[in-house]
Amino acid sequence: MNSSLILSLITFVYGLAGFLYVFAWIFKKPSAGRLATWVALIGLIGNTAGILMRWVESYRMGIGHAPFSNLFESLVFFAWTITLIYLVIERRANNRIIGVFTMPIAFLAMAYASLKPGISNEIQPLLPALKSNWLIAHVITCFIGYAAFALAFGISAMYLIKQGRDEEEVTWMNFAKPLTLFVFVLLFSRVLLVGSWSMSVIVAVPICILFYICVFLARRLPGDLKDRLLAMFPEPPILDELGYQMTLFGFLFLSVGIISGAVWANSAWGRYWGWDPKETWSLITWFVYATLLHARFTRGWRGKRIAYLSLIGFAAVIFTYFGVNLLPGLHSYGALGQ
Amino acid sequence: MNSSEVRSDLSPLNQLWKTFASVNLTIVLLLTLAATSIIGTLIPQNETPVAYVQAFGEFLYRLFALLGLFDMYHSWWFRALILLLVANIVICSIDRLQATWKILFVRYPRFNIARYRKLKNKVDYKDDGDADQLKNRYQPVIARGFRYHRLEDTDDGFAIYGESGRWTRLGVYVVHSSVVLLLIGGLIGSIFGFDGFVNIPEGESVKSIQLRDSDQKMPLGFEVRCDDFNVDFYDSGTPKEFRSRLTILKQGKPVVQKDIIVNDPLRYGGISFYQSSYGNMTPNEVILTFTSQATAKIYSQRAAIGSPVVIPENLGTFVLKKYTQQANFRGQNIGEAFIGILTPFGGSPLEVTLPLRFPRFDRMRKGEVVIAIADFLPRYYTGLQVSRDPGVWVVYIGFILMIIGIYISFFMSHQQICVEVVSKGEASDVMVAGTSNKNKMGMQKKVIRLSERLANLTPME
Repeated sequence: MNSSLILSLITFVYGLAGFLYVFAWIFKKPSAGRLATWVALIGLIGNTAGILMRWVESYRMGIGHAPFSNLFESLVFFAWTITLIYLVIERRANNRIIGVFTMPIAFLAMAYASLKPGISNEIQPLLPALKSNWLIAHVITCFIGYAAFALAFGISAMYLIKQGRDEEEVTWMNFAKPLTLFVFVLLFSRVLLVGSWSMSVIVAVPICILFYICVFLARRLPGDLKDRLLAMFPEPPILDELGYQMTLFGFLFLSVGIISGAVWANSAWGRYWGWDPKETWSLITWFVYATLLHARFTRGWRGKRIAYLSLIGFAAVIFTYFGVNLLPGLHSYGALGQ
Repeated sequence: MNSSEVRSDLSPLNQLWKTFASVNLTIVLLLTLAATSIIGTLIPQNETPVAYVQAFGEFLYRLFALLGLFDMYHSWWFRALILLLVANIVICSIDRLQATWKILFVRYPRFNIARYRKLKNKVDYKDDGDADQLKNRYQPVIARGFRYHRLEDTDDGFAIYGESGRWTRLGVYVVHSSVVLLLIGGLIGSIFGFDGFVNIPEGESVKSIQLRDSDQKMPLGFEVRCDDFNVDFYDSGTPKEFRSRLTILKQGKPVVQKDIIVNDPLRYGGISFYQSSYGNMTPNEVILTFTSQATAKIYSQRAAIGSPVVIPENLGTFVLKKYTQQANFRGQNIGEAFIGILTPFGGSPLEVTLPLRFPRFDRMRKGEVVIAIADFLPRYYTGLQVSRDPGVWVVYIGFILMIIGIYISFFMSHQQICVEVVSKGEASDVMVAGTSNKNKMGMQKKVIRLSERLANLTPME
């Protein structure tokens, strides 16, 4: 039994945990919820074992290095961090509904790592530029940051669902929202799924239609069922605060991640900042979340505006993570490239 | 006095100050920086004009060049945005620090009990014991839990105030000053530092380097010699390690020697040498084989570039002319090759290409002798990135301050609590109330925990 097999199995374990969280929520089965927690915990333990085994295996192959060196390994670690932080939140907030919106992200990260063609799950030797003690510090801090932002994203989505539609929606918003959604889905289909823009349109259109069908159906749910489903969400102020806490946590780790990357770059290339696309995108992400924090902390923004900023911030995270592989630059030759 | 009157009171300077002290400006600037930064990741930076005209066409090229988009992070408008942000950070911080100062540096913080009574975040309960008993019970707990505490007697009981983390209000200023330090460090680097590169063939030395973004060469003030360069590959063919042995020479005498690899540069006199690339040089010597078509005998001979070799069996002379990384044969790139001139005995000289990848290539010529490269010692040059950045320590101090500052301002808070006890005969009414400048939910839990702890204290004898 090797680490690749264990990690493939963990994909299903996370999938099962996500399914159980959703099942427990929709059918109001607390026992399924408790089971979901145990399954997620088993997944986390397996995920940890997989990462450690991969580490050991690389030494057996004579190319020993920490398992944070390529896209596959980073996705596995991303899923691990999301699950860990989520389980901590679940215990502290004593609420399993957040799992409905966060465990699927961990599942998708693992599934993407296993299924996307072109992502090799083989243990590869380290390129000269990656041979540095900074590798571990840089990757771990960045991914704790990314995972915290992923959770903030899930929680913000919950907030927006809980709050529902505004009473008086401005007309232009009715056009702007689907358009924005389409642009983002188009962009991310291109970045994550397909190799050309025309294919990306073919993928994005059904996704957007599906999204609006879901919204349409959700609005037509019987009132009492809808109320029951939403009643299990934490109260909006709690979601708002929790999302904010996650953003603070993510911002600290993103900052440390960018800084450790800068120090590393200085030791490898003689410059701590070079406006390489990945560096620039991490800074863009930092700017977006800095805006969110300032808006909330000093301008007193709350609720939907913050939730939308959190969604934009996570889009920037995803682009920093994956999109940059489309752009020229130093990171594309290996760090998290394919 | 209405607001328009207030505004007219402001001098233009004050108005400018107010504009720069506003967080709205910060939000606008941060979002503008985020949005404009995207452009430079979509348009490759610092390419040649030819490449740009090819990619965008004449008109867009001129437009983009005018806007400085080909080196946008150093364009005047991007620098202006950063400068505005720094001005905003500095003025905003000074503006707010004046208010924070008054809270921070007071010897006896003022507590207003009425304020605590009005707080939402409070717990009321009854405790058995009169005011004096409770005073003895409660005071040590507050004294342990808070950095500063004070006890005040009231008409019908007492109140204990506790306060901690007042200094954490400075966290945000630490973060802001770290941003300013990063920019100062960057500025020092760009004024007093340099950034360049140099290629040194194995065995040779250089005294100057080529500056990036300029045609100038810069003298180093000492010599750098590359004694040796090695590249190792994994079995899969990907590079494993690039290693250069460098020697620094002063007035011809070696002073420092070091093997550098990627991630481990050589530093000397404030200048750092980083392993960044390598390439092949013309080897000094190769081993040639001559295969005589008449006798099918193979002759092996050493040859140096430029010195003629006499081929046995009176087949003529051969002289290696040069080495090339990319040889052309009928319009095809056939990779690394040696080019030589063969002069057959009594014939006219002709050019012969000897590609390294195809050792039997010369057979195609169908001559009397087939020439091939049997072996050669590869000779490399090492490509070094050379830079000097005296601002880097300022930047690093900025990095450390930023991390500490973010931690303080996000995860620590200024907390104040008040425990009020009103004697009601044998028992007392107790109120525990608290407030903090951040993480109000955490404070709420803390107040509840504190009240439970106080209520459960056993009476001391």
